[in-house]
Amino acid sequence: MRHLLSTRELSREEAIELLDIAEDMAAVQEREVKKLPTLRGKTVVNLFFEDSTRTRISFEAAAKRLSADVINFSAKGSSVSKGESLKDTAQTLQAMGADGVVIRHHASGAPFTLATSGWIDAGVVNAGDGTHEHPTQALLDAFTMRRRLHGAASRGRGLDGVRVVIVGDVLHSRVARSNVWLLATLGAEVELVAPPTLVPVDTSTWPAVVGYDLDAALRRAPDVVMMLRIQAERMHAAFFPNSREYARTWGLDDARFDALPPSTMVMHPGPMNRGLEIAARAADSQQSTVREQVANGVSVRMAALYLLMSGDRGEA
Amino acid sequence: MNERFLINGATLPGGERADLLLDGGVIAEVGSIADAAGATVIDADGLIALPGLVDLHTHLREPGYEQSETVLTGTQAAAAGGFTAVFAMANTFPVADTAGVVEQEASLGRAAGYATVQPIGAVTVGLKGEQLAELGAMARSRANVRVFSDDGFCVSDPLLMRRALEYVKAFDGVIAQHAQEPRLTEGAQMNEGALSGELGLTGWPAVAEESIIARDVLLAEHVRSRLHICHVSTAGSVEVIRWAKARGIDVTAEVTPHHLLLTEDLIAGYDPRFKVNPPLRRSEDVEALRAALADGTIDIVATDHAPHPVEAKESEWQAAANGMVGLESALAVVHAAMVETGLMTWADVARVLSSAPARIGGLRGHGEALAAGAAPELTLYDPSAAAEFDLDRLAGRSTNSPYLGRRLPGRVVATFHGGYPTFLDGAVRPADEVARNAASAQGVSHG
Repeated sequence: MRHLLSTRELSREEAIELLDIAEDMAAVQEREVKKLPTLRGKTVVNLFFEDSTRTRISFEAAAKRLSADVINFSAKGSSVSKGESLKDTAQTLQAMGADGVVIRHHASGAPFTLATSGWIDAGVVNAGDGTHEHPTQALLDAFTMRRRLHGAASRGRGLDGVRVVIVGDVLHSRVARSNVWLLATLGAEVELVAPPTLVPVDTSTWPAVVGYDLDAALRRAPDVVMMLRIQAERMHAAFFPNSREYARTWGLDDARFDALPPSTMVMHPGPMNRGLEIAARAADSQQSTVREQVANGVSVRMAALYLLMSGDRGEA
Repeated sequence: MNERFLINGATLPGGERADLLLDGGVIAEVGSIADAAGATVIDADGLIALPGLVDLHTHLREPGYEQSETVLTGTQAAAAGGFTAVFAMANTFPVADTAGVVEQEASLGRAAGYATVQPIGAVTVGLKGEQLAELGAMARSRANVRVFSDDGFCVSDPLLMRRALEYVKAFDGVIAQHAQEPRLTEGAQMNEGALSGELGLTGWPAVAEESIIARDVLLAEHVRSRLHICHVSTAGSVEVIRWAKARGIDVTAEVTPHHLLLTEDLIAGYDPRFKVNPPLRRSEDVEALRAALADGTIDIVATDHAPHPVEAKESEWQAAANGMVGLESALAVVHAAMVETGLMTWADVARVLSSAPARIGGLRGHGEALAAGAAPELTLYDPSAAAEFDLDRLAGRSTNSPYLGRRLPGRVVATFHGGYPTFLDGAVRPADEVARNAASAQGVSHG
């Protein structure tokens, strides 16, 4: 694998290979010495144009556990905030000898531009670009689902027939997009539930069903309910009237949670707005995978960095 | 001394073969010319002769943005594209909202000599959409402005638009509207549809264009004024304009070459060369625009030539500037989109790229049929010189062309403006020669 820019470009075989390697990495995390020598002498740059402590430290932990050197480059307080272009930043990293670049950027497509521009030779991992994709989040979500469903027998499996409901701000969510493509590739059935204002006007090309009625979707007893974070600024842009109406209509409140079968997983990419899109009881329940998602994130990111940076990198 | 040119064996827009003699300030003779003593002979066998092309929508960037383009380099690009007149949009710095700025632009154009530069005046002061610019002063200035536009911005305030439409009736002006409802396009990055949703780029809905056009044709009807719509880009806009024309409303419309050929699918690789305002649309829109140009619903092709320096396009999509250079490629693109497809003849091309834009813009001495006594504005085009469009074809200061690496079916061979060549044998004529010829043609004596 040359770069990891989106889940859309992943074949089923590539996705399962990555998830299987993540299983190996997870096994290492259970040892007393959690570190592997795989990327010793290689440099990973975390290039974050957007604040994201959670994702950055997850990638940092992943790189360090593979023995890579890690440089954190935050746009705030750097030359980027003084108007340096992505090109100049990339060429600076190239001159410093970066082998891998993990990029988080507010502009959709920026990782693609970085990877295809010729400015840099390093492998590029998309750590979230605008409202486009967040592939490692979707991979860690799939990994988490697979582990909950199949435990030690997860290796080699997809998510065939697993029914997933994704709820919330689909329009602005890179997590939703990456999940839609990856889950479909792995054989899952995806239903998106959101206020009509928070779904793209045309999703006819998406391998997913779109609905507006959360209660109807939950009555069908899905295997997974994934709640997306709702951002406060959406309220001010008239996407919905206010947080109370949102929580009442599209939040996973106690009544909705209690009506779910105990086997239904409750997922959230974090950080959660408790009481808005998800109630505390659901978030803290046995059905919630929120903390596992965080732990699995490190394993999945180790797998991604391993595939991109160890040995010969392919052209794909 | 005026040089005489004998163009031998050209094919006129109507299909007939003829020789043309350019002598001083006029096309002296058209037909079978056996003898033209002392004339420079140009072999035009297999070439199509068109009246010099007229672009109603060019960004020359001077004053203010000379790193992108100047009046000199922009009109060199025009010459390379077969254009002999360009209407210069008002979004310069300072904005062309006073008589002083438009007179400066026109005089820079006259001095350079590559094409007639007809300034467009801003509708509102500073393009801010708040207060009418000095439209009358610009109309009465030596620049003789008749077309007014805030292009780049929409005159979105309906009352201000109404007043502008009314006011320019006093001097037979026309408002050229950049139809883009600003609230519906906040942060917009590409055409809104299935692809924008997939790419995570904020959508630029067709309705943002169509709703403004609908409003403005009704305003133009109400105040009985003349309206021109810049760069129509959607099938829905075509329907609105068709309805307005059927109703007798005095509206004209333009389409750019790129909206006749390119579609939004090109954006999948986030290449900022394809970022433009209005955005590239769906193939259904391209089909509708072609049909509308062929049936006259859309009157003209205008380039929206929008030069930008390399760094403005060498970036992530969101940070990149909107716009494409288009003068040098326009004729070949129209050839590909309209003539090769059988939708239009070369006579139609002469109409949509020369006579109609000259008429809409009220520009004399351009867009005249190639006949004895007509203005010596002329383009020779080789319709069989299919080749990959490359950097050598670009003559302006900027290279943000979406066609680089794309095969286009023909090329401009020569351009004559004021009876002298501005582009010959595939090369822009030297600036000093052209300036000298221009001064001579304008009757300015040299010491």
